[in-house]
Amino acid sequence: MITTEELLTRVRDLLAAHPPATTAPADFLRARFDAGLAWVHYPEGLGGLGAPRTLQAVVDAELEAAGAPDNDPRRIGIGLGMAAPTILAYGTEEQKRRFLRPLWLGEEVWCQLFSEPGAGSDLAALGTRAVHDEASDEWTVDGQKVWTSSAHTARWAILIARTDPSLPKHQGITYFLCDMHAPGVEVRPLRQITGEAEFNEVFLTGVRIPDAHRLGAVGQGWAVARTTLMNERVSIGGMRIPREGGMIAPVAAAWRERPELRTHALHQRLLELWVEAEVARLTAERLRQQLAAGQPGPEGSGMKLTFARLNQEISGLEVELLAEEGLLYEDWTMRRPEIVDFTGRDAGYRYLRAKGNSIEGGTSEILLNIVAERVLGLPPEPRDDKDLAWKDLAR
Amino acid sequence: MSAPFDLLYSETEEELRSAVRALLADRCPPAAVLARVESGRPHDPELWQTLGTGIGAAGLLVPEKLGGQGAGHREAAVVLEELGRAVAPVPYLTSGVLATEILLGCDPSSAEVTALLREVASGRQVCVPAVPLTLAPGAPLPSPVRDAGGGVLSGSVGFVADAVAADVLLVPADTGLYAVPAAEVSLTPLVPLDLTRPLATVRLDGARGTRLADPATARAAVAGALLSGAGLLASEQVGIAEWCLTETVAHVRTRHQFNRPIGSFQALKHRLARLWLDVASARAAARAAADALATGTADAPLTIAVAQAYCSGVAVRAAEECVQLHGGTGMTWEHPAHLYLKRAKADSAVLGTAGHHRSLVADFAELPAP
Repeated sequence: MITTEELLTRVRDLLAAHPPATTAPADFLRARFDAGLAWVHYPEGLGGLGAPRTLQAVVDAELEAAGAPDNDPRRIGIGLGMAAPTILAYGTEEQKRRFLRPLWLGEEVWCQLFSEPGAGSDLAALGTRAVHDEASDEWTVDGQKVWTSSAHTARWAILIARTDPSLPKHQGITYFLCDMHAPGVEVRPLRQITGEAEFNEVFLTGVRIPDAHRLGAVGQGWAVARTTLMNERVSIGGMRIPREGGMIAPVAAAWRERPELRTHALHQRLLELWVEAEVARLTAERLRQQLAAGQPGPEGSGMKLTFARLNQEISGLEVELLAEEGLLYEDWTMRRPEIVDFTGRDAGYRYLRAKGNSIEGGTSEILLNIVAERVLGLPPEPRDDKDLAWKDLAR
Repeated sequence: MSAPFDLLYSETEEELRSAVRALLADRCPPAAVLARVESGRPHDPELWQTLGTGIGAAGLLVPEKLGGQGAGHREAAVVLEELGRAVAPVPYLTSGVLATEILLGCDPSSAEVTALLREVASGRQVCVPAVPLTLAPGAPLPSPVRDAGGGVLSGSVGFVADAVAADVLLVPADTGLYAVPAAEVSLTPLVPLDLTRPLATVRLDGARGTRLADPATARAAVAGALLSGAGLLASEQVGIAEWCLTETVAHVRTRHQFNRPIGSFQALKHRLARLWLDVASARAAARAAADALATGTADAPLTIAVAQAYCSGVAVRAAEECVQLHGGTGMTWEHPAHLYLKRAKADSAVLGTAGHHRSLVADFAELPAP
C-alpha cells in the first residue's frame, strides 16, 4: 500500500513535470490522471493507485495549494459521483478503459436516465423497454425518462430499462451505458417553478445500444443501480461546511446589514434556525469524523432530511425578512444552466429551489422510511408487489 | 476558523461509560429509582459512594495534584449521559460539576479551598452551590445573603438542588464566597416536579462559614461554573432523550394492535425517525460543548449556548413522545416514562432556558434584537 510520503512525492513530480502556471489546464488534468492522482482509490491505470480513499484529500490540498486546475466537479457531478463508481464496480476492462478517463477529465459529461413519469419513489416499477436483437447483438430502447439533470450537456447516460416484463419488478431490469447522441434520443427542457430548466425530459424512441454497452448481467440492473444510488448518498454526506455557511449566510447578513427589517417575531425564528443550522453542521462534521475513523454511523441517512427541511425553512424566513422586496423575483427568463445552483441567486429563487431538496435524490418521506427500517429496525412497509410479474402491476 | 471539535468518544471515554452504565444497571434500575422517590429520600448515598469514590466520577474535573482524576469535561459529559439515561438521583451535576468548578475558580493557593476541593473530589463530602438551579450563564448573580461581619451570614436562597444531600454549601454573599457546613443552615424541602433532583429553600440565620473568595473572584468562579454546568447538562439531556427513544422503539416493535406491531404504521415510523435524527443532532451539539470546555476554545460560550438552546427541547420532545407512544401505559405511575418526562421538563429550566441561551447566541453571533 502506498504511503502518504510516496503519494506526496508523486504529486511533486507531477507539479515539476507540468507546472500549472505554464501548462494548459486540459494537459495538466490528463497528466494528473495518468499519474494515478485523479482518484487515488481507483486502480492503477484507471486514474488511481489503489490507495485508501482518505488520501485523496492530501492530494487535493497539495494540488490546490500549487494552483493546479481542477476538473470542475460541479459540472460533472453525476459522472464522478454516480456513473464512475458503478462502471468501476460492474464494468468490463474495456468499458473501464473506454469511459473512466474522459469522464474524469470532463471531456464527456454524464447524466442519469433512471426516473420516469410512472416510476419515482417506486423506481423499480420503471417501464422503459429494452429488447435484444440476436442478429445485430444490439438492444432497442423505447420509453420516457424525466428529471434528468445535464441531459442537454451530456454525451453519455447511465440507463436502466426493463428487459423482462414477465418477472417481478426488481428482477427484469438491465443497466446500460447510453450514447446521448444516438438517433432516437430526444432531450426536451423541463421548466421548473424557478422559471429555469435545470433538468429535462428524455424521450427514447428506437434507440440502438450495442450489447457491449450493457453494464452487468441481463436482469441484474437493480443491483447495479443500487450501487449508483448508494454512491449518491455517500457524496451527499462528505461535504464540510463552515459555521454560518449555506442557506443561513444570506439571512444572517441581511439581518446585520439592514436593521430596519428586524422584528421580534423574526428574531426568534432567526435564532432558532441559526442554532439548528449550527447543530446540523456539527452533526455532519461528526459523521465525517466517524467515517474518517472507520466507524461509519447511520447519521448519513438522516443528514439529507435535515438539510432539506432547514434549507426550506431558512429560505422561507429570508423572503419574509425582506418585506416588500420579498414580493419581487430577480428574473423569470427560461434558462438552461449547466450546473445546479442552490444559493447563488436571490431570496425568491432560493425559496423556490429549496422546495426540490425534499424531493430530489429520494423524497423525505422515503428517507424517513429508510431511517425507521434500517436504523431503528422498525417493520418494513407492506410490499404486495414484490413477487408479482411487472406486467401485472396496477398502473 | 478554529480547528474542528473532536465529536467522537475516545476508548477511555467508552470504558468510563461502560463502568458507569454497569453500575447504574445494577444499582439504579428504573424500579429502584421509583421506589426511592416514593420513600421521600431520593438520594442513594451508597450509589454515590461507588460512583463518586469507587469509579472516581466526583473528581473527574479536578487535577490529580488537587486530589482528583485529572480527566476533564469530555469524561464528565459521558458520566452525565449515563446519569441521564438512568435518571439517577445522585448529586453529580451539583457537587461533581457546579461546586467543583466554583472551587476550581477560586484561589488555588488557598488552603481552605484546596482542602475542601480534596474532600469533594474524593466523593467524601457532597458540596452544592447555594444558588437557584435556574440561574443561567450570563444572568446577573443574585446575592440574597448578607454578612453581618466576620462571616456570620443571614439570608435565604430558593430552588437549591441537592441541598438535602449536602455536607457543605457554597454560599455567595455580599462579602464573598463562603463554605458553610450543612449543620449551620436550615432547609425547607420543596415539592419538585422532577422527583429525582430534590429542591429546597436554604435559610441562613447567623450561620458561620469559611470565606473562600472575595466578591469579584466569587462572581467569576460562579459564572465559569454556570457555563460549564450548562455545557455539560446538554449531555445529560442527550442521555434522557436516548433512553426515551430506545425504550419507545422497543415498545412499538413488540406492541401489537390491528394484528400488527404498531411500529409498522408509517405515522409512527416517521415520528420516530425524526426523533432519532433529533437525538443524533443533540449528541453532536453536546459533544461539541464538552470538547469546547475541555480545550477552553474561545468558541466555548457560543457552542455551549447552541447546545443548550437545542438539547433542552430534544430531551422534552423525546420524553413526551415516549409517554404518548406508550399509550395508557405511558400515563401510569408504574412505568418509568414519567420520571424522564419530569427530569426533561425540569432540565429545560435548569441553568437557563432555551430562550435564554438563544439570546446568548444572538450576542455571540452578532444577531441583535430589534
